[in-house]
Amino acid sequence: MSGNSIRDTFFEECEELLEALVEGLSQMEESPGDTEVVNAVFRAVHSIKGGAGAFGLDELVNFAHTFETVMDKVRGNEIVVTGDLMALFHRSGDHLSDLVVAARDETVANQETEAGLIKELEGHLGPDHAEEEFSFDALTLDFDADSSAAIVIDDLEGSQAQDHEAERRFGIAFTPTRALYENGHEPLLLFDALAELGTLSVEMNMAQLPDFDAFDPAEPCISWTLDLLTQETETTLHEVFEFVEGLCVIDISVTEVPAHTQVEPADGELAPPAFDPPEETPMPDATSADSVPDPAQAEETASPGTGPAASVAGKEPRGPKATLRVDLDRVDRLINTVGELIINQAMISQRIEELDLPTVAHLTNELEAYKLLARDIQEGVMAIRAQPVKPLFQRMSRIVREASDATGKKARLVTVGDSTEVDKTVIERLADPLTHMVRNAVDHGLEKSEIRAAAGKDRMGTIRLSAAHRSGSVFIEIADDGAGLNRERILEKAIEKNLVPADAELSEPEIDNLLFLPGFSTAGTVSSLSGRGVGMDVVKNAVQALGGRVSIASQPGKGTTFTIILPLTLAVMDGFVISVSDQTMVIPISSILETIRPKPKDIHVIGTDSHVVSVRGSYVPIVDVAENLGLGKIRSDKEVGILLLVSTETQGLTALRVSAIHDQRQVVIKSLESNYAAIPGVSAATILGDGKIALILDPEELIKLAQPSASDQIAQHARMELRHA
Amino acid sequence: MTKTILSVDDSKSIRDMIGFTLEPRGFTVIGAADGVEGLAKLGSQPVNLVVCDLNMPNMNGIEMVRKMRADRRFDGIPIVMLTTEAQKEKMMEAKQAGATGWLVKPFDEAKLVAVVNKLLG
Repeated sequence: MSGNSIRDTFFEECEELLEALVEGLSQMEESPGDTEVVNAVFRAVHSIKGGAGAFGLDELVNFAHTFETVMDKVRGNEIVVTGDLMALFHRSGDHLSDLVVAARDETVANQETEAGLIKELEGHLGPDHAEEEFSFDALTLDFDADSSAAIVIDDLEGSQAQDHEAERRFGIAFTPTRALYENGHEPLLLFDALAELGTLSVEMNMAQLPDFDAFDPAEPCISWTLDLLTQETETTLHEVFEFVEGLCVIDISVTEVPAHTQVEPADGELAPPAFDPPEETPMPDATSADSVPDPAQAEETASPGTGPAASVAGKEPRGPKATLRVDLDRVDRLINTVGELIINQAMISQRIEELDLPTVAHLTNELEAYKLLARDIQEGVMAIRAQPVKPLFQRMSRIVREASDATGKKARLVTVGDSTEVDKTVIERLADPLTHMVRNAVDHGLEKSEIRAAAGKDRMGTIRLSAAHRSGSVFIEIADDGAGLNRERILEKAIEKNLVPADAELSEPEIDNLLFLPGFSTAGTVSSLSGRGVGMDVVKNAVQALGGRVSIASQPGKGTTFTIILPLTLAVMDGFVISVSDQTMVIPISSILETIRPKPKDIHVIGTDSHVVSVRGSYVPIVDVAENLGLGKIRSDKEVGILLLVSTETQGLTALRVSAIHDQRQVVIKSLESNYAAIPGVSAATILGDGKIALILDPEELIKLAQPSASDQIAQHARMELRHA
Repeated sequence: MTKTILSVDDSKSIRDMIGFTLEPRGFTVIGAADGVEGLAKLGSQPVNLVVCDLNMPNMNGIEMVRKMRADRRFDGIPIVMLTTEAQKEKMMEAKQAGATGWLVKPFDEAKLVAVVNKLLG
């Protein structure tokens, strides 16, 4: 194991802890006063600090410490949580996350932000903060190997007068109880610690040693008398015994005081010996500390188990579900193998069918069972890669917060269905598009507070992020309750940018979809938020790369909703097995709206070589798949073939012409790009039951191939003319 | 015989860190992610020293120390509490429960080694 891999582990942990932190903070808002939630938040910050300290990440430790200290006060009910404080916690969480990233990438987080946050956080700590800090440091020294040196330095700094201080002689009577040994203490270690403070002589007292017959090895019978000549104060001596108090009888008394120490009685640090009356010999129980008049000591005996913090910590919140951290490669290997299993199962089924055995009913049943089992295994394996969208959604609350700060528009984020599970890769690749859309929703979607108020709406806008499984797909919606799309402005802009002809008459959905065109940006001025060079076309491309699509719905005055529809998994999909010319291919079912077996009279020729089909009164352009893949042409006159109606974001409704549909089945996706090369119009390949390789078509790309950008507008024109004919 | 140190911490990086520091120095380091697991490990093999975190899910450090001290089998095993905890009362609570010593995170290698050497003589 190397130091680096431990470091990696730490940053992985940090991610989990930051998630827990964000979740805890939002729970704190939902159920204020829930101590377990506060405790969870505290522990998250605390653990980050702990780990960071181990790796010497001082920046992280410093900030986490301040944050933690305030959280601890909240935990101890010393600070009341207000809305402002919650906002501060959120911002502190964000900054902590920045610091973690900075530490990981060895960069520096925004120090201005940090200074501001620390100041604000410390503002909640009250004036006694600095003092507390000090006593904390001093306390830790006892078990520190170099404690004595540190204490001496502290004392010297405290009062220079001690420089010339003469030594005092202390007499210490030390009688351990059985519990001292049971708790793993060793008197020798204590004596070593004392010896470091000055000149020590130890005398063992064996008077209590019983006869051999009566000897109980577990019962302590030796006591010690120590004589220490030191410059240290009695408090320091007590600190050495701090952890064995209550486990032994200890009596410390000053046996020899140099005359001139009396000259400086004003110095409280010196702990005048007169405070320790020798007649109050401590009893062998926990109350022995009471005989020590030092206020700090008195406080410590009063507090165990009674402080609010202690009572909270006594009962830890329900633990997380047991989990197993597995290398992703292993999971992917398993998924691949299961893919092979599915193919193998399909092959066996087909071979047996080919044998044409006379009613071997049993075999059919077993085969069916095999098929079901293979599916179950596959689903189970896929579930390993599935993760709830929660962390992804949680990250968006920060985006909303930042966007809201930057634009001055008040906004809240509501998430729905964040336990919905989606493939890990999908979640990872969705982060950027989602960030962009959420940012857009605040920046462009929501109106300013005054305008909202004037329209009779809540001054605070709502961004609703929801996820759900619906008919084998994952639906993710980003909805705002803003003014809705300004279609006039969108069209104007598109014409201005030459994206559509000036005289184009577009339907509302068509106008909405203009947003997805490359080079489109509605913002009149490039704002710091949305104008980052990426538009909705980038979002669309990212979603399409995942095999999904994006759509828009907008209602004036009510808001805009973007819906991302994604396949449940990237490894398998449901497809139609089709033939194109004499090739067997697969087309994803998710992209097909309906299949049509057209009558020859429904097909019309436009221009020289373009065909359209009339579907319930409107004309849809036909794209011949074979032709576009360079496999020749299906002649329209005799062989009409079958039309697959697909809806694409850019081209609208289009019909793909294929020769025949054979089957509907689940196919395992095998990347073509990594095994061969990317082919336009083909997204991947699969292995069919008969062992043959089939290409999986990408309808969107295929249609783009058919309509090179130059002819785009012509086709669109043609479509529109037809519609209005 | 090599001495065995049980590191009880919910943070794997801390457990790794302790192993990484102590194993080259001739100690055997075993890990547990919380108090429950810690007690189970203690019951299944001889342990010479426990280094225990304070804040852990399932069973926290103080609870674990209490349970350990209530079990005669574990008499005399030193327990070093390891935490970033700044409050004195927490430390006193741990002590009351039967902890032997205290090491404040962030700790460096030298500190850890010194404390372990000290307690294991």
